[in-house]
Amino acid sequence: MSASGKVTDKDVAYVAELANLELTEEEKPRMLRDLNSILGYIDRLNELDTKDVPPMAQVSDRFGVDPNKAGSERFEYARREDVTEGLRKSLPHDTALANAPESDGTFFKVPKVIEK
Amino acid sequence: MDVKNLTIANARSAVQERKTSAAALAESFYTKIASDDPKIGAYLTLSKDRALEQAARMDALAAKGETLPPLGGVPVGIKDVLVTRGLRTTAGSKILESYIPPNDCTAVARLEVAGAVILGKLNCDEFAMGSSNENSAYKPVRNPRDLERVPGGSSGGSAAAVAAGMAVATLGSDTGGSIRQPASFCGVVGLKPTYGRVSRYGLIAFASSLDHIGPFANTVEDAALVLRTMAGRDPMDSTSADVPVPDYVAELGKGVRGLRIGVAKEYFAEGLDTEVRASVEAAIQTLASLGCEVVPVSLPHTEYAIPAYYIVATAEASANLARFDGVRYGLRSKEARTLSDMYRKTRDEGFGPEVKRRIMLGTYALSTGYYDAYYLKAQRVRTLLTRDFENAFQKVDAIVTPTSPTAAFKLGEKSDDPLAMYLADIYTVTANLAGIPGISVPCGDTKSGLPIGLQIFGRHFDESTILRLAHAYEQARG
Repeated sequence: MSASGKVTDKDVAYVAELANLELTEEEKPRMLRDLNSILGYIDRLNELDTKDVPPMAQVSDRFGVDPNKAGSERFEYARREDVTEGLRKSLPHDTALANAPESDGTFFKVPKVIEK
Repeated sequence: MDVKNLTIANARSAVQERKTSAAALAESFYTKIASDDPKIGAYLTLSKDRALEQAARMDALAAKGETLPPLGGVPVGIKDVLVTRGLRTTAGSKILESYIPPNDCTAVARLEVAGAVILGKLNCDEFAMGSSNENSAYKPVRNPRDLERVPGGSSGGSAAAVAAGMAVATLGSDTGGSIRQPASFCGVVGLKPTYGRVSRYGLIAFASSLDHIGPFANTVEDAALVLRTMAGRDPMDSTSADVPVPDYVAELGKGVRGLRIGVAKEYFAEGLDTEVRASVEAAIQTLASLGCEVVPVSLPHTEYAIPAYYIVATAEASANLARFDGVRYGLRSKEARTLSDMYRKTRDEGFGPEVKRRIMLGTYALSTGYYDAYYLKAQRVRTLLTRDFENAFQKVDAIVTPTSPTAAFKLGEKSDDPLAMYLADIYTVTANLAGIPGISVPCGDTKSGLPIGLQIFGRHFDESTILRLAHAYEQARG
């Protein structure tokens, strides 16, 4: 984490592009201010020495599972058999299209991808 | 029938004994909603057809003298982040304004199998992001105890509906405190179970490692009953735990003498309102008088919970909300001429400012060059916070804290300062990071009549102990 943790206009533009958000001109300065304020506060995590602390991405691989089992064996209960013939119960095609903003009855329709 | 302060047992037995029909009971609630909800704003969508069909089923059973299922005829409300088949679900956002889910959330389905009558979908902060229900794209929710004040969030509608007698019980979701904090602000019971206790299938995801579904109710017994109905392994959610579900209701009567309750100094430090402190300390005294042993404990990394939370939650949210792109469902911008225009304009038009802020923060935290410094760092701090609880639970069976540093604040008071709003969650986010269960139970009012909540944390999958303690306290409190 950089010492100042300061976000710039360029950073906001870059991150907005990654997040597929088109911020309006009014939104950009507010976003810059808010991100800097929040990241400034978050900086205090650096007060903690965590070099020997393993990261914890989720709860469910440690609690509610059998500690005597290792790796994916812990999650045996979450497995299901593959279906080798035919189809499992699935969302019907027309149900899947029911909320489509635009469809031709078979596919979801979207605007053309235009090369920049 | 007078619907105020109905419990699940009273409502169900009234229908069972045919003192009222389930249909008439549902109609009484709709009448109350019509008269009171315009000023509160708890409901976004009403589901009268679905409610009356279910009511008719329950009435038919009662007419034949058959035993109703555990929630038979009981009117409930569902937070609008839980999908309901054929019934509009918005997540409090414009991006899903017309979305009709093809499936039911497992928790909702289990309530309906148990006979619950779904009155409608409840207002919430957009995508469950907020602590005041001021971030709903539709309308804010007002606290039934003081209409100038917030009900809390993000499950503000769920809390307000129970508090105002517009549902007997409701479902909400809790990612950083979004069940417990509004429960405390509105003066009702709110429970966040252990992570994995209740399936998340059908919960529109905000942060998948932090999201939980849980009940709001007027009494601890009702919350226990709803939990018992919903909990348990679901093959549709691989993170739902394969842990047996105790009879939480039967366990309530076990008493609390000899239980060790921890008081963590970090939850009673600066920033805690004096009236809230006094009320919570009195509640601890009550528990002591019931035979609990009060033990000082320390949760030393507490002050790092909010920064860790706002990295982990926003990072996960940035991934989960990437699906809202205008392709398969939801809003699609009319301005879109190219595909990438469509994505960007749809999302900018469809998401509110808080959602955009969190997506931006999360994307930044995960981006090249920052992933280790922010996301990985926060995950290591998460381990430290979880260890704090594991250490404390070697010495105590439960930990009691205030639910929130203050009682309900006024609408608009914190909405200009995102950081100030985030700090409202200071006592609740730790339980989401660690995955432990937490319940908020009303423990008194401020001098101006605003509810205060007592929070009780327990070990993973030990909802029984925190429900017992909350129930014993509630009975003693009167």
